[in-house]
Amino acid sequence: MEHATAVHPPVAHHVEHAPELGFWWKYVFSTDHKVIGIQYAITGLLFLLFGFTLMAIMRWQLAYPGQPVPVIGAWLGAGNASGGVILPEFYNQLGAMHGTIMVFMGVVPLAVGGFGNFVMPLQIGAPDMAFPRINMASYWAYFVGGVVMLASFFVPGGAANSGWTSYVPLAVTATTGQTWWLLGMVFLITSSLLGSLNFIVTIFQLRAPGLTFMRLPIFVWMQLVTAYLLLLAFPPLEAAAILQLMDRVAGTSFFLPSGLVVSGQVVQISGGGNPLLWQHLFWFLAHPEVYVLILPGMGIVAEVLANNIRKPLWGYKPIVYSVVFLGFMSFVVWAHHMFLTGMGTTMSAFFQTTTMIISIPSVIILTSLFLSLWGASIRFTTPMLFALAFLPMFGIGGLTGLPLGLAPTDIHLHDTYYVIGHFHYVVAPGTLFALFAGIYYWFPKATGRYMNDLLGKIHFWGSFVAINIVFFPMFIQGLAGMNRRLYDGGIQYAHAQETAKLHVPMGYATFALWFFQLFFIVNFFWSIKKGRQAPQNAWDATTLEWSAPSPPPHGNFPEPPVVYRDPYEYSVPGHPADFTPQFQSDKKA
Amino acid sequence: MDIPYTVTARPDTGLFNGKLGIWLFLASEVMLFGALFSSYVLLRVGAETWPRGETILNVWMAFLNTVVLISSSVTMVLAWAALKTNQFQKSRWLLISTFLLATVFLVVKYFEYTEKFSHGLLPSTNTFLAIYFTLTGLHGLHVVGGMIVMAYLFGPGAKMFRIAPERFTNRVEITGLYWHFVDLVWIFLFPVLYLL
Ligand code: HEM
Ligand SMILES: [Cu+2]
Repeated sequence: MEHATAVHPPVAHHVEHAPELGFWWKYVFSTDHKVIGIQYAITGLLFLLFGFTLMAIMRWQLAYPGQPVPVIGAWLGAGNASGGVILPEFYNQLGAMHGTIMVFMGVVPLAVGGFGNFVMPLQIGAPDMAFPRINMASYWAYFVGGVVMLASFFVPGGAANSGWTSYVPLAVTATTGQTWWLLGMVFLITSSLLGSLNFIVTIFQLRAPGLTFMRLPIFVWMQLVTAYLLLLAFPPLEAAAILQLMDRVAGTSFFLPSGLVVSGQVVQISGGGNPLLWQHLFWFLAHPEVYVLILPGMGIVAEVLANNIRKPLWGYKPIVYSVVFLGFMSFVVWAHHMFLTGMGTTMSAFFQTTTMIISIPSVIILTSLFLSLWGASIRFTTPMLFALAFLPMFGIGGLTGLPLGLAPTDIHLHDTYYVIGHFHYVVAPGTLFALFAGIYYWFPKATGRYMNDLLGKIHFWGSFVAINIVFFPMFIQGLAGMNRRLYDGGIQYAHAQETAKLHVPMGYATFALWFFQLFFIVNFFWSIKKGRQAPQNAWDATTLEWSAPSPPPHGNFPEPPVVYRDPYEYSVPGHPADFTPQFQSDKKA
Repeated sequence: MDIPYTVTARPDTGLFNGKLGIWLFLASEVMLFGALFSSYVLLRVGAETWPRGETILNVWMAFLNTVVLISSSVTMVLAWAALKTNQFQKSRWLLISTFLLATVFLVVKYFEYTEKFSHGLLPSTNTFLAIYFTLTGLHGLHVVGGMIVMAYLFGPGAKMFRIAPERFTNRVEITGLYWHFVDLVWIFLFPVLYLL
């Protein structure tokens, strides 16, 4: 070989290396799963920041109804905020778009498109996703969907304003923004369809030799179940979106009942439609969707936890069986969002029962993770702090879900701030903290450098305190009967007077939370160039991604990896190091 | 860099990547049309009156279209079988025939639609027509999607047969699976909308 190279150097060179790709092909229209993962992650993070900012504006209005928004109030446009004071119509747009952006364009793209794309193929020892070009198409469909959603703020009447749930008939009679919302959703659904089938095929087909299903890292299991949920639950929402689009554009009445009256006028339609049909189709997606929001986060927490307790996770098998069971069950609980729609007792009993059953696997998973901490000598790294905080935060979120799953209590709590508190505990200090843990944890793999620990810890403690001040009072407000989606925070209702005062500290905490994200943003960009250099196996971890160079080249592994053991062999007695990677054969050990 | 199992089957799953991919895609399509069929059932059960399809729609045209689509499924299978025995030209003609049959289907559909429109029967007229236009329209889009893929396979994509015959054969097989699904949806739509 050396001889040949010496004789024909240019030819040999050409054969071995693909030509260097230009900037556009390398970073923009890349088919490399790692680049696509980072594209997804960064776009998702930007949307999270944007969606958070929308909410910060709303929080001002709730804390100080009718007072001009400071600093940015003047830029919101007279049609949205006259003299800097938010108008009710604009408040509704902010709310609807906050939910849509956070769920469909922030958390899921970051958790699935970002982490799933970047980490999963590495963890199963694959050179890339099974369909690299479909992967790229998935990102670009998401991107176009995002642009459509953002553009909708500038159409007459502004963005969608009927809530992220787009309940009918309200949404059908709403301004043009709703049509854009539906089109945007069609793109986002297409994106997730392309992504999810790619994930499933990759996990089934491209696992490295020796990597059996019961040796998969928990993160991969979580991504697999998530992909199934996306694949099978999103199409009904697509169907619903098509029907709503027909109602809005072609004048059909799928969701419009006969004799519908809007603003005192009988609407000229054929009628005969069923508004509840929308709710069924929507929640048939949207309940599995909440598991899409949580499972990747749980997977990240499991990885980070296992790495920092330096012993095997407690209950690998129960966790795996639970998540598969949970995946199935999540298709038969949707109507617990609809207890107040007048369903009969049989239906209601059915959905209460399934909801109670589905909380069992969640509890098993959470308990296993908690028990894993027992007797461990924990490394309190920044990712570990976020992962540890996830456990009680998700615990609060999950436990507060139980009273919502029982009709007698839900009748009081439905559509109050209690529900908002419930799901934000699961998604914000739950999933978002898990996602931060993942960023701090895999950053060295993506860049070859650690993120700064001090900045990371300030980010963690600041966010942890602030986020609890934002969300905990919601339970109190909700129990006191304060409704969600009220423009003035409920001050015109006698029963809400007392708890409406809580909006003020909640508002301040929101701005503090925003402030503490600056530590993360600075840390992120600073560490890319200046962070402490990390070795290939930055955390002395056991899973396959740590056997690839940092950052991994196109194709990931110089040698196709082989797997010899279970994913979390930490502190195995008789082994020299306190970790035995999956890719280490017994002969070498 | 090569992705494993793009052509040959992985021993433990028994599938090549594309085949698993198309089955998953079809599973999601089942959910899409399943949701629409369920909506149809719910709306119909809740309706005070519901016209019988044959009183509004043209059953004979739809029957003709059923025959056309089933034939196109047959030519599709034959195109794949021909490739398996290395008869590239024959396969190409069979693909083109499938494409032409699909065109016939759309043309018939076009006449059906325009006939309805000219009588003032629109999606907004009543819920039955709304469902009819939505379901057949969506199905029509699926037909168009299939035709685009076929055109690629007998057009610019055909040169793959010379470089990687097995991979090309797989592509035809996958397209075929999709096409049978499109056919199957129609076989559901026909009785549900026209006869019941
Ligand atoms: C662990 C057991 C859980 C139970 C028993 C449960 C139960 C419920 C119920 C019954 C509701 C409807 C309340 C109402 O509208 O009156 C609800 C709302 C919600 N839950 Fe959960 N939940 C659980 C976990 C989760 C998880 C893991 C997430 C993930 C992010 C989540 C996200 C949501 C969201 C987003 C809503 C509100 C949707 C809306 O109306 O806008 N929940 N939950
Ligand atoms: Cu739910």
